[in-house]
Order: sequence, then structure tokens, then C-alpha cells
Amino acid sequence: MALITANHISKTYRVGEVEVQALRGVSFEIEPASFVSFVGPSGSGKTTLLNLIGCLDKPTEGALTVAGADVAALERKASAAFRGKTIGFIFQDFNLLPVLTVYENIEYPLLMVQKVPPAERQRRVTALLEAVGMSDQRDKKPDQISGGQKQRVAVARALVTNPKLVLADEPTANLDHGTAYMVLNLMKKMRDEFKTTFIFSTHDQKIVGEAETIFTLEDGRLNGTKSRGGNGNG
Amino acid sequence: MGNLFKIAIRNLLRYKRRTLLTASLITVGVVFVLAFVSVAGTFKNMMIGQITDSMIGHLQVHRRGFVASIETLPLNLNLKGGAIGKLEKILNEQTEIEAYSPRVKFGGMFSNFTETSSIRLTAIDPEKEFKTVPLLPERVSDGSKELKPGGILIPELLARGMKVKPGDAVVIVATNADGSVNGKQFTVTGVMESATGPGGRDGYVHLNDARELLRMEGQQVSEYVIRLKSFGNLAAFSEKLDGLLAKELNQQDKPLFELHTWEKLSPFFNIARMIDLMTFFIKLMLIAIVLISIMNVMIMAVYERIREIGTIAAIGTLPGKILSMFVIEGFCMGVAGALIGDLVGIGLVWILNLSKISYNFGQQKGIILQAGVSPADILMISATVIIVSVIASLQPAFKASRMEPIQALRHT
Ligand SMILES: Nc1ncnc2c1ncn2[C@@H]1O[C@H](COP(=O)(O)OP(=O)(O)O)[C@@H](O)[C@H]1O
Ligand SMILES: [Mg+2]
Repeated sequence: MALITANHISKTYRVGEVEVQALRGVSFEIEPASFVSFVGPSGSGKTTLLNLIGCLDKPTEGALTVAGADVAALERKASAAFRGKTIGFIFQDFNLLPVLTVYENIEYPLLMVQKVPPAERQRRVTALLEAVGMSDQRDKKPDQISGGQKQRVAVARALVTNPKLVLADEPTANLDHGTAYMVLNLMKKMRDEFKTTFIFSTHDQKIVGEAETIFTLEDGRLNGTKSRGGNGNG
Repeated sequence: MGNLFKIAIRNLLRYKRRTLLTASLITVGVVFVLAFVSVAGTFKNMMIGQITDSMIGHLQVHRRGFVASIETLPLNLNLKGGAIGKLEKILNEQTEIEAYSPRVKFGGMFSNFTETSSIRLTAIDPEKEFKTVPLLPERVSDGSKELKPGGILIPELLARGMKVKPGDAVVIVATNADGSVNGKQFTVTGVMESATGPGGRDGYVHLNDARELLRMEGQQVSEYVIRLKSFGNLAAFSEKLDGLLAKELNQQDKPLFELHTWEKLSPFFNIARMIDLMTFFIKLMLIAIVLISIMNVMIMAVYERIREIGTIAAIGTLPGKILSMFVIEGFCMGVAGALIGDLVGIGLVWILNLSKISYNFGQQKGIILQAGVSPADILMISATVIIVSVIASLQPAFKASRMEPIQALRHT
């Protein structure tokens, strides 16, 4: 069964008297453990779509199911709990908590979002620090490490709760090319290791080639799907 | 919970100068309140002690109606034989009472054989009186403190104005209850300062002399002054005694006695009340300082961290957790301010005591300030500061917890 099913979803923002149609009837399916990218120019609706999949917002029309949950039906607190359990987030600006160390940032969801016993917590955080290659920086604060290192910590933080799905909205937009490829390869390696579905958005045509399934967005419409190898849908 | 505190404290330390300023503001507030409360409280207790121990006593019992016309010292409102017996029986049974003393109060003319002036006299049984108002003898500044029959303690005002000194002979002329006038010669035993400041015209004579001068038949008493073993017990005991006295009725089935605490008998109670009121307003100011400064800092903290709030909300931190994160920040700042303030405040009072500041009150000259900080005050003030800090952070914290993650994340 598909992990995500979108059926003719639309999203309209209302700013005063003006209506902005950010998504116009988008339909797709995403299978578990796939490595998916939404690509399109700025303003094409990528962030809007990822927010909907991430249960941060609700579609104006259409049906969206994520890991068995009807996104439109989740109320505020339930959707927070659902996100904490099912979804990991990676942000364009890394968004690590500045007062916490690298280790504590990765540990945060296990303390504040889920309740994981100390021994298990330590095991998971240490393993992820190792996996993203940040073990030797574990006691540094975010302002003491580079952008690429921050995004690796963010990848570890997104994965620490063993989510079914990780969403990354333009995760490489603030990184140089080399670092961007490294982060994407890290994400792919994590997908291989943990069988987590990764969905990222980008407006960078070079980066998008790393994805196994590519959805192209234009003006809020899906304008083509490309698949190659992996677990992408056909 | 421990982690919420860790995050809160680190966030506070992130803006060191601002946190320090706010905590200092609270500290200064706590120090001032603590110092004021302890100094004012000490002064108030000293003042009450002076008033009650040198003049008024803790409680007074009169025949009903006496206090209403106390200005004229009406002899026809004295307690007589039967009533005195009933009252003394009741008073003797009360274990809370340390001592009591009967007095006869009357007005008269004071003459040094060349001039005459008016005087208000209190006739006492010295032994009982000194047990009941133990500071009374200290008011005698010149001559002997011992009052024997035939002796009179005269107020400083008359001693100075009429050039009378201890050992001199004087005459007191008084009108008794029947309207007949009588005079009696006394020897000045001592000169006493007024308990309430200059201008007092109160003298003391022995009870036996008053009986003779006023030609009293049988026992008569204008007022009974009562001293309790524990002053703190005053309110409870006065209620109890009032209940007992209310049962004693006269021939018209009206209550025979009236009971007053010192508060009803002395204008100094109003000063004590003023001190309480000032203390209250100073505490109110502290509350305002804490409320405004904490709220200000927390509103800023929430505004500056909107994107962080968006991040933790997006990854699934529940609103309640976000709320507690910010409330704990305000709480920690309140605790820090209160704690440092308590320490500095205790230190300040200690220094005030060491510097031996002296002041005068009534006939007491050069009283050295020995203010005490009561643990109850420290606890009360600290708890107030901490609770107000929490209340002040609630609104900003609530706002943070209600933020929509996507809007918060878009905030720049
Ligand atoms: N909160 C919003 N309010 C109003 N319009 C919005 C809002 N978010 C996005 N939009 C509009 O929706 C369209 C799609 O935006 P977005 O999803 O951010 O695109 P992308 O991420 O591909 O750049 C744009 O025209 C944008 O201006
Ligand atoms: Mg975008």
C-alpha cells in the first residue's frame, strides 16, 4: 500500500480579498522507502505541498492520506502528536536549537516529543552521530560547526525517532554544490539503512538528479513524473 | 522536567545582559521590600510595645459607657463593689492574663500655693500597676519611681511650668461624684515624661489617696488595665473575654462592662495602620516591578525565538511543553531574583543593625535600631515574587504555544 496518497488536492490562500491558488488539483502516490523529489521554480507550490504532506497545514480540497492518517481530519494537538511519531523534518536553514549541543539537538525529539528511556536514547543518538559522521563534534554548539555539518545533524535529528517519512524543504539551498551532494548522499544512505521514505524539494535541476522519483511542479500543477530504479513508483 | 529547566536556563544565559538586568531589578525590589518590612515592622512593634507597656496596657475593662465620655473622666461611671467583685473573679480565672491593675481616673486642680493649673490624675495600686504596665516607672525622669501614699508623680509640663521639683509640697483639689469639693496636700515623688509626647497633663497618685480625696464610700474603679502573657494572643483572648463579660448584666438587663483592646484606645493604632498600609503599597510596587519586567522580557524572548518555536512545534513538541518551556524561564528568573534579593536584603538589614542607627520615641531616647528579618516575611516575599513571575510569563508563553508552525517558520 502507498505511504502517501494525494487525490486532487488543492490549496488556496486567502490574503485579504485576494485568493492565491498555490496547488490546483494535484494527485500522486508515494511508496514506502522511496527517495522522492518535488522540483519546480520558486512559487510553484513545493513548500505548500510539503507542508500538507507534513501535516502542518490542510488542503482546501481533495483527499490526502499520510501513513494511514487523513490529514484534513487531524486537529491541532493530534497532528502535533502524529508528526512527532511519524514524520521527521529537515529545514532549509537547518533550524537547530542554538542552546543545545549537537548531541542534545539529536536527542531533543526523544526527550521532548517522545518518551524514550535513557539507555535506548543514548544508543540511538550515538548510532546516528556515527552514521552522519558527527561523533567528534557531539559537544559543539550549532554556531561552532559549518552549514554542511549542521544539515547532517538535522538529518540525524529527523531520523532519531525512527519516522516512516522524512520531509526536507530545499535542504541544500543554503549549501555549496559539493556539500549539497554530500548531504543528499547521506540522506540516500540513511534511506537504504533505515528504509525511511525521503521527500525533498528543490529548484536546482542538478541536485534533482539524485532523486529516484521526480515530480515536477509548475504553477501548482503536477507537470510530469520521472522514475528511475530504486523504489519509486512507476 | 529537568530538561525543560536545562533549556530554560540556557536560553536565559543566552541573553546574559538582559537576564542580569531583569534579575537585578527584581533583586533590588526584593531588597527594598525586605529592608522596609523589617525596619518598619520593628519600629511598629517597638511603638506598640511602648504604648501598651508604659500606659495603656493590652486591654481595658470599664463600666459600659465610660470610654464614650472619657474626656470628662466621669466619676459617676465608675465600677462599684458588686461589679468589681464579679469582674475580678472572671479576671482571676483567666490563665492568659499576666497581671491586671485597677485605676481610678479623675480631673482636678493642681496648686503650688502661688499658681493653679488643671491636671488629670490616675490613681493606682503601684504594685499591680507596675506589673501590668512595666515600662511606667521608666517614665519617671526625676525623683523616685516609688509611689507611696501621700506622694504624687507629676507631668513634666506642670513641673516646668509651675517650677515644682521632687520633695516639694503641692495641693490637689478635686470635685467628687456628689459635687462637693475637697483638697489634699501631696509631696512630689517624681516628675514623669508623657508617653505620647510633650503636652501631657497626666499625673499618678496612690489609690488610697484618691479614695480619701474623692470621699469614696466602698470600692470604686474607673478602669481595669490587663496585661497578657502573650501579646500575640490578643485578638483571640479579647474575643473570649468579651464573650464572658457580655453575660454580666446590670439591673436594666444591659451589659455591665465594656472591653477595649489597646487599638481602640490609642491614636497610635492609626500610625501602626499607616505603617501596614505603606508596607502593603511597597509590596504592591514590588509586584508591579516583577510583573512588568518579567512580562517584558518574556514577550521579547518569545518574539526573538519565533522560528525556534516554529521548529520545535513542527517536529511535534506539544503546545503544553512549549508553554512550560517559557513559564519555567520566567519562574527561574523569579527564583534567581528572589534568592539573591533575600540574601542581599538580609545583608542590608544586618549592616543597618551593625551601624547602630538610633532614634527617639516618646520618652525613650536613643533607641538603637535592631531590625529583625522574619523567616515568614522572607518566605512570603519570595513566594510572591516567584508566583508573580510565573503569572507574568503565562501570557507570552501561551502565545508561543498557540503559534502555527508554518507561520512561525516563515517568520524572518
Ligand atoms: N501563507 C501564504 N499566504 C499567501 N500566499 C502564499 C502563502 N504561502 C505561499 N503562498 C503563495 O503560494 C504560491 C506557492 O508558494 P510556495 O508553496 O511557497 O512555492 P515554492 O515553495 O515552490 O516556492 C506562491 O504564489 C506563494 O506566493
Ligand atoms: Mg519554498
